[in-house]
Amino acid sequence: MKVTRSLLLTGALATSAALILGGCSPAEEDPGQSPDSAGSLIVWGDDRVEALQEVAEQFEADRGVTVEFVQKDFGAIRDDFITQAPTGNGPDIIVGAHDWLGKLVQNGVVAPLELGTAVDAFQEVAIAAMSYEGQTYGLPYSVENVALVRNTELAPDAPATFDDLIAAGTAAGTEYPFLVGLDPAASDPYHLYPLQASFGAPVFETTADGTYDADALALGGEGGEAFATQLAAWGAAGILNTNISGDIALEEFIAGKSPFYLTGPWNIPAIAEGGISYAVDPVPTAGGQPATPFVGVQGFFVSSQSENPIAANDFLVNYIGTEEVQTALYEVGGRAPALLTAFEAAQSDVDVAAFGAVGADGVPMPNVPAMDSVWSDWGSTQVAIINGQGDPVELWRTMVANIESSIAG
Amino acid sequence: MSATTPGAPPIPATPPPAPRPAPALASRGSRSVRGTLVTILLLSIVNAVALFAMFILVMQESWAVFGIAAAVTIALNVIYLRRGLLPAKYLAPGVLFLVVFQIFVVGYSGYIAFTNYGDGHNSTQQDAIDAIIQTAQKRVPDSPAYRVTILEQLGGYAFLVTDPDGDVLVGDEDSPLERVGNAELDGTGKAIALDGYTALGFSDLLGAQRDIADLSVPLSDDPNDGALRTPDGTNAYLYLADVVYDEQADSFTTLDGTVYRDGGEGAYVTDAGSELAPGWKIDVGFDNFVRAFTNDDIRGPLLGVTLWTFAFAVLSVATTFALGLFLAIVFNHPTMRGKKLYRVIMVLPYAFPGFLSALVFLGLFNQEFGFFNQVLLGGAPIPWLTDPWLAKFSVLFVNLWLGFPYMFLICTGALQSIPEELSEAARVDGAHPWAVFRLIKFPLLLVSVAPLLISSFAFNFNNFTLIFLLTGGGPRDIEAGIDAGATDILITLVYKVAFGEGTGRDYGLASAFAILIFFIVATISIVSFRRTKALEELN
Repeated sequence: MKVTRSLLLTGALATSAALILGGCSPAEEDPGQSPDSAGSLIVWGDDRVEALQEVAEQFEADRGVTVEFVQKDFGAIRDDFITQAPTGNGPDIIVGAHDWLGKLVQNGVVAPLELGTAVDAFQEVAIAAMSYEGQTYGLPYSVENVALVRNTELAPDAPATFDDLIAAGTAAGTEYPFLVGLDPAASDPYHLYPLQASFGAPVFETTADGTYDADALALGGEGGEAFATQLAAWGAAGILNTNISGDIALEEFIAGKSPFYLTGPWNIPAIAEGGISYAVDPVPTAGGQPATPFVGVQGFFVSSQSENPIAANDFLVNYIGTEEVQTALYEVGGRAPALLTAFEAAQSDVDVAAFGAVGADGVPMPNVPAMDSVWSDWGSTQVAIINGQGDPVELWRTMVANIESSIAG
Repeated sequence: MSATTPGAPPIPATPPPAPRPAPALASRGSRSVRGTLVTILLLSIVNAVALFAMFILVMQESWAVFGIAAAVTIALNVIYLRRGLLPAKYLAPGVLFLVVFQIFVVGYSGYIAFTNYGDGHNSTQQDAIDAIIQTAQKRVPDSPAYRVTILEQLGGYAFLVTDPDGDVLVGDEDSPLERVGNAELDGTGKAIALDGYTALGFSDLLGAQRDIADLSVPLSDDPNDGALRTPDGTNAYLYLADVVYDEQADSFTTLDGTVYRDGGEGAYVTDAGSELAPGWKIDVGFDNFVRAFTNDDIRGPLLGVTLWTFAFAVLSVATTFALGLFLAIVFNHPTMRGKKLYRVIMVLPYAFPGFLSALVFLGLFNQEFGFFNQVLLGGAPIPWLTDPWLAKFSVLFVNLWLGFPYMFLICTGALQSIPEELSEAARVDGAHPWAVFRLIKFPLLLVSVAPLLISSFAFNFNNFTLIFLLTGGGPRDIEAGIDAGATDILITLVYKVAFGEGTGRDYGLASAFAILIFFIVATISIVSFRRTKALEELN
């Protein structure tokens, strides 16, 4: 009895295991492992990669190389890529923001991308953003920046200076003369940057070839301290309020509680839907110099561990860099295309033209790895200054000292 | 016990059956048909998955993991197929998950703590060398575009180059370009084949892309003239390398003579200290632990953060336990009506995901637009989350809201297990209700609840979710060197170090901190568990 039962058990186990195992065919390995990896490209992107399905099929028909898209959360792509690339199982191409570039190069996970003659076909600022230490690493596809959105019913004229803006805002009689989305703990140095730039206080000095010099922090000095003093004044006057987050600012502007709103093209659909008749203007200067915003560029990078560098280069330069694809990405993402011809074609959209005109004078956000050390101190110091928690110049100087010491490591 | 009539002989009773030994009971239990079928089904699923995994591991040649997977599968089969081994049958799944999700994780963190893994030290030395060589190739600014066909001969690759003037040249890695006259040309004048070589079309290239992309064909004998490289297999450009790798000396030399050598810290450095990026991951021994204690930037806030972590954990446990116990006693009254309804409402905060609750409270606490300030307090601008002490209070308040249902549930259960006779006896003896509670109920309650209090302490010591979502570590202390706030606990500090909110990711330092936290919590837990044994004496 015992012998039969345990034999029965073992036999049944072996059979069912074999059946289940047979069902799970080992041919379904994930692509990206050899030998399938030669002849296929893996691209990581967010939900916008759906617009690329057509061009991927075209590429496969022309070149015989399959392109597989993996959708990931945009914020997670950079760190996942850095962790996964050294294992050899990472993607061949990733979609990313240009300010990731410093970190990606610091970790040795991206390869330079040779654009050849196509370099001249893109906006200069886009190519500059995709470059690091004199080497181009990515193919740009979108350019975005903030500008001043004006409710034309509450403020018929575009203000020339920031003081004019405050006067017009107060004269309009609304609850807020000016709105910008900040954060109670971290402010938003990105949005406030045009005002800071108008005082002559960029983050890093630019070198002769247009790239940022990570050793030359330019936040301090007279320009920065003047900006700090002005920030405290605006905070005390209620022009800037760290309790108003991005969501709250958008809601209040759509409700007509302010004639001016400093934001980017990502909020335009909601504003249009809210029935506001708006115009997009350059950010008025507050300190005398032009208020140039940060320009954010998104593009495609190639992994340094990719087994398909030639196919990847071909796909990016000759397929993604074409007008059709750049326009398709613009239509699904709402951000101005980086390719000049596509950008010209998109000018028919008034908003794109307006934001683009503002961004034409802009500078790319610094993509140097040292930038990480800057954001946190920069933001929390702005919070303290706006809320009057100390002498603005002292706080600004402490911030500059802290940032310099953390960059020095 | 019935009394026997005096004088009568004792009634011989059949002796009670001898108690069955436990193993025999267990084996009798496993003979049921349903049990056998369930065992077969579950074990076959586990075996199928394990075999599939082992197949993949063999293909990937990860022999260590393969060995472990095989050993574990065999062990599981033996445990569940053999008769007996009852303790193993109960413990096997738990021990397996403990090893995978706790012991392995702690071990791996410990290993990382002894390396410098992080930004700039991401991979191996060979990868770093390859990356430096790759990024050092800078295209010569006015380089013309040469049309190129890739040639293959005996496993090596060469370029057949048509320069813009129409001359045809051929060269490979070791021999510079030289003119050839007998190349076959296509309609546009581009050379497409040469005797003695096989010309590769695009589809032929696909198998050797890495080799072809890395191929550098010198323009002439002088290395300063540059070399030709092709990024796409059809055009080649002239490149000049910023730094040159010397394999024998394991060093990089720039064009102006600066030499970068392996500095022993996982990067190539000059004598003056400037580094080439990227570096690589190396073992640094106890460096990270030493740095955790001796770096002034870290050590300053570390003490404050540690004190607050202890305070937060103790206060969380104390407040949730007090409120939970109070409510449990109140709702334990036998004649109270609507008990079920109240209990459901009480448990609701526990049912909501902690993430959701923390984010909702973040909105409620907003100084100007939050519900608490606007509606409940009539517009008073109380800085719940931006004032250091109020932020601490807010965090404790939200934790109380999230944690009291758990304590309420366990206290309800524990109270119901205390026999009523003890309290009745005490009351008969004339004890005050508070004395009844303090001397009888509470000690007995603590016997069963104390281990849960200790585990709640350990959980709250590392309660990352709440702190991070509600305050992100709290109003930042802008005087401090690192990003430490008023409500930062040790684990959020570790997160900020690990994921580079300030200075780039440093997994080594973060793992060292994590190991230190592990030792603190483990010590406290072991000591506390030993003390709770004393409570069991009461029972």
